[in-house]
Amino acid sequence: MCGIAGLIHRGKSSNVGEELQNMLQALKHRGPDSTGYALYANNDGKNFILRFKVGENVGEGSTSVNEDESVYNERKKTVDKKLSELGAPIIKEEKLTPYSYRYEIKYEKDLMEFSKAIESIESVEILSIGKSLELIKDLGDATAVSERYGLNKVQGTHGIGHARMATESGVDIKSAHPFWGYPFADVSVVHNGQLTNYWNNRRVLENKGMRFMSECDSELIAVFLAERMRNGATLEEGMKESLTGLDGVFTYFVATKDSLGMAKDTMAAKPLVLYESDDLVAMGSEEIAIRSILPQEIDTYDPFDGEVKVWQT
Amino acid sequence: MANLKTTEKKTKAQSMGMHTEILTGKTQQKFFNPDEAENFFYWGTYDVDFNKRTELDVKNMECKEANNKIDNLMSEGYGTIVIKNPQGKHSLGVGILNKLNLIFEGSLGYFGVGSIDGPIVRVNGRVGWSCAENMMAGKVVIEKNAGSCFGAAIRGGDLICKGSVGARTGIDQKGGTIIIGGDAGAFTGFMMQRGRIVILGDVGINLGDSMYDGTIYVGGKIGSFGSDAVESPMTKDDIDWLNRKLRVAEIGENFDVSKMTKVVAGKKLWNYDALEPTEKKGAI
Repeated sequence: MCGIAGLIHRGKSSNVGEELQNMLQALKHRGPDSTGYALYANNDGKNFILRFKVGENVGEGSTSVNEDESVYNERKKTVDKKLSELGAPIIKEEKLTPYSYRYEIKYEKDLMEFSKAIESIESVEILSIGKSLELIKDLGDATAVSERYGLNKVQGTHGIGHARMATESGVDIKSAHPFWGYPFADVSVVHNGQLTNYWNNRRVLENKGMRFMSECDSELIAVFLAERMRNGATLEEGMKESLTGLDGVFTYFVATKDSLGMAKDTMAAKPLVLYESDDLVAMGSEEIAIRSILPQEIDTYDPFDGEVKVWQT
Repeated sequence: MANLKTTEKKTKAQSMGMHTEILTGKTQQKFFNPDEAENFFYWGTYDVDFNKRTELDVKNMECKEANNKIDNLMSEGYGTIVIKNPQGKHSLGVGILNKLNLIFEGSLGYFGVGSIDGPIVRVNGRVGWSCAENMMAGKVVIEKNAGSCFGAAIRGGDLICKGSVGARTGIDQKGGTIIIGGDAGAFTGFMMQRGRIVILGDVGINLGDSMYDGTIYVGGKIGSFGSDAVESPMTKDDIDWLNRKLRVAEIGENFDVSKMTKVVAGKKLWNYDALEPTEKKGAI
């Protein structure tokens, strides 16, 4: 079933980490397997934030193979070596869990080549690259993941998140949302629904040089949009194309450095409730997500079938 | 045994195309025999006084606890209950088979006031998916917007949303009336079987897709007709009924109903009218 939530403050920053945590925790019953956040934080914008994992969380409920931590450490060393070869000096590094890291790096060249080089290392996956995007996903509910990664103090302008009920792929981080819009900096996607032309689209996109890291159908949306944007489409144009290019039932959110968008399939088969004011847009699979941050009486509505909306910060 | 006669006179509703069955009385004899009235028991009903009023704050309650409290209050004779701080909770006010004034001061989540038979409900906010699903009788008024599947499978009563509603409004509707003050989404009236839907605003694609029977009136633009849905001429009976219904529903003041588009089923199912009348309860 899965639950998705998103919010964007217009013209100001807020504690988006805590707000999104509250919204996703309210949707826990829709997806208890894993939780993911894409937070657009008030970073200084000088360096790229590189978040990556060198293995999986093999905790309760995981379908991943258990590996010794020494294997993770070796992979991390290989990543450091690759970064050096790519001419991407590490400004700051943080080990968040035994299997995931947050680096600040300097890099000026092509991100696709960069990503291919890093992900050529076995079991290493870039979760996100961006100047403001902080993409975190792990097993557990919203509060557990937030506490594990210290997210409830993250100040920023906007964010999207996902509470996942694993259906067509495993309980693991690689299948969890959000998905980074490889190879674009600061692009992320969350999705609720099922895509029925996943393999057809995947084969076409892979032939065009795009990369898939999981077998989760939702990843297709991020890759689909990235490929359209790579060919010159704006985010909104890409989203409108997705209404006919993707088969199935879906409501998805996509975020960039300074915008947040939503799209709903032409049958409106998946839920979405939206609140919109001059300084805040908040939306989620259920109204209780919005109520978790706006308990007062407000006007909300369901976007119609085939609707695409994009808001700027 | 009650002596119920076959009713073969064509009613006004039948002449309007609302339904075409001839009531035989067989089902009433079987299930509603007056001779057995003392043995008839409708579980979960109470004698309540509309003038006996109380408030219930559900802010810190799960839906089951809140619904049990409503039931307890009815058992104590309260006929008017005001629910404070519903805050989008799911499944509030479901399964009420009683006359009751129920007022929600705020918004409901999914499945609000589902499977009800009799109460008059006012929601001073918005409702989520599947509001009033399976309603048998009563009146539900939503002051703001509603989510998808509004009035799914209702069998009777009046369901009114003063704002706009999502997709699949009146899906599988088997009777009663749904009135929308604003716009409605795709697949409105999907697989509709009986009853009426009135939309004052625009409606999305595939209107009345696979409908068997019933009538849909649209005041604004229609995205597209669904399979089996066709336009039908408005009659004086339609206009009279719409004017009366909108006036009672306190919606659409000065709305010119004569310009609405009437949509009905373009097919006839073999043996559909051979159903027992209880299958069509509330269709009239």
